[in-house]
Amino acid sequence: MEEKDYNKLRWKIIFTTLCFSLIPLFALGFSIYHQFSVSYTAKIREDLRTLAENRRSAIDLFFSERISQLTTLAYTHSFDQLKEEGYLDKVFNIIQTRSKAFVDLGVIGQDGNHVAYSGPYELKGVNYKKEAWFAAVMSRGVHISDVFMGFRKFPHFVIAVMRREGSQSWILRATIDTYIFDAMVRAAQVGKAGDAFVINRHNMLQTAPRFSDELLGKADCPDFSASFGTSVEEIEWNGEKTLFATTAIADNKWLLVIKEDPREALTPLLRARYMAIWIFIAGASIIVLGTILVARATIARLIQTDREKAVLNASLVQSSKMAALGKLAAGIAHEVNNPLAVIKEKAGWIMDLLEVEDIAKSVNYKEVKAAIRKIDQHVERAKKVTHRLLGFGRRMEPVHETVDINKTLNETIEFFENEAHYRNIDVKTDYLENLPLTTSDSGQLQQVFLNIFDNAIDAIGKNGEIDVKTGLVSNDNEIAITISDSGPGIPGETLDRIFDPFFTTKKVGDATGLGLSISYGIIEKLGGRITVESKEGHGTTFTVYLPTRER
Amino acid sequence: MNEFSVLVVDDEDDFRETFVKRLKRRNLDVSGVESGEKALELLDENPFDVVILDVKMPGMDGVDVLREMKKKRPLTEVIMLTGHASVESGIEGMKLGAFDYIMKPADINELMDKMRQAYERKSIHEEKIRQAKMKELTD
Repeated sequence: MEEKDYNKLRWKIIFTTLCFSLIPLFALGFSIYHQFSVSYTAKIREDLRTLAENRRSAIDLFFSERISQLTTLAYTHSFDQLKEEGYLDKVFNIIQTRSKAFVDLGVIGQDGNHVAYSGPYELKGVNYKKEAWFAAVMSRGVHISDVFMGFRKFPHFVIAVMRREGSQSWILRATIDTYIFDAMVRAAQVGKAGDAFVINRHNMLQTAPRFSDELLGKADCPDFSASFGTSVEEIEWNGEKTLFATTAIADNKWLLVIKEDPREALTPLLRARYMAIWIFIAGASIIVLGTILVARATIARLIQTDREKAVLNASLVQSSKMAALGKLAAGIAHEVNNPLAVIKEKAGWIMDLLEVEDIAKSVNYKEVKAAIRKIDQHVERAKKVTHRLLGFGRRMEPVHETVDINKTLNETIEFFENEAHYRNIDVKTDYLENLPLTTSDSGQLQQVFLNIFDNAIDAIGKNGEIDVKTGLVSNDNEIAITISDSGPGIPGETLDRIFDPFFTTKKVGDATGLGLSISYGIIEKLGGRITVESKEGHGTTFTVYLPTRER
Repeated sequence: MNEFSVLVVDDEDDFRETFVKRLKRRNLDVSGVESGEKALELLDENPFDVVILDVKMPGMDGVDVLREMKKKRPLTEVIMLTGHASVESGIEGMKLGAFDYIMKPADINELMDKMRQAYERKSIHEEKIRQAKMKELTD
């Protein structure tokens, strides 16, 4: 498996794990938050509605109390009593001691004339017959006016009740200072930016809004003139979402409007949202981290097992390859050896015949003899090749034989001497004499050395040097064989993988990438170890350690 | 006068014939056969001093032939010729009592030396046996 395949797999694992863990987490977080948000929003609206209705009942109570007071007053006194200014003053004072809401008190006859007045204004003698409120109170019995500023620049409104006394009707009219009423409305101004005010059916302010003193101006809110009862809605107002609760008060004459900034009201919800987001992020980070770690560990384990498998496969492949090669080599050697033997004998026979006198006198005797000698020489050469070939055609399980490392090295060097010579590579040997013998498998050792030499030659290319040294290390318990080349060296990242099976820096088809891994396996099987050191630009040194015989 | 008698057993005709000729020139009494079976037949009639025996042959292979030969003629010395480096067959042959083994293509002089050594050993053996028999007779 390639590096990128592992990466792909790693990402696959990470991705699927994340999907399976993050989606539920997200779904859970989102749905809980959503549920919370819905119910919280509903609660906010409900609270607002409750607030509006509380205010309304308080305000309505205030009005009905005022009306009751006046009604009680009207029905417990006769028109004649109250016509008396002195008496009216007395009554007014009594009322004022109980409630500062009353500013003045006036009595109006059915013809619209102001017959008696107690209070700060000069209103006596005014005729109200033409006024709208007069008609309204005459027909409905009770009337509440809109707020007006009056002479003292104070917001007031008027409550009038009518009493029928026998055949005649008269009206008791009181002006109400709105501060109590205002306070009640103001109590509904929630939070930092919430507002509450009263408007009439023409959207005219009846109480001052919180952030402007524009009493009796146009209210800064949508047109609610058509709304009755209580309603709560979110309306885009002045480019901002605003919660408006409206409720009709004073017999639908006015509307109490409560404005609330939903952002403020929803602060806990926002907090909950941030919390949810943070928890999600934290959870996700933990999951991501865990997933990455787990995936890493998994892949690392996989790589390791793959590597082990590859090594196993490689050694299996190699050993079967070597076995096949051995058979092939033996077959070839035998097939070639027989003709070689024949050639050798024939040449020898000619040689024998040349000794006979008459041939010895022939002109070309010397030439023939020389040729025969050459034939013999080259048969010898061929024989060397076949025998060497047979040296490798051995079975793969290590035999336990006494090995002279120096000799084995020399035999190995013979193999590539020609190649080295041709490439102008100097092979220098520096053996420790009387190197202790070791119990090992010379064929397999040869294979390892040959592999290292082969790589060294490839690395050098042309014109260089290979140094072979043998010696003893670690209290003479180990034989060390170092093979150094003067090649370009191996970069670090390559060096780490140099013993990996199927890892090669050579061209595809030139090498299997098994040589060094097999070598590693062989040396390990023989109870030794193999190390490599390299500096870029300074060549490479392989060291093979083998146990000495006495262990 | 021939030094000693030699039987060459090899399935490769060209090799065997030439080899026989060359050994004859070196004053040996030489016969050549192409198979183990024939070699054993010939050995019945004729007690050769030394046998040169190829290991790889069709039919009976060298090791089997050697075993039979040692039964028939324990004193006859056998030198194994092996065409490949399977040292095992050589070693096996040695265990079965071959005098030595030599790898093809063999050098004639080397082979001559080995044959002489083998003949010498045979002669020593025979001499010992003769003396033992003499002792038996005189005792």
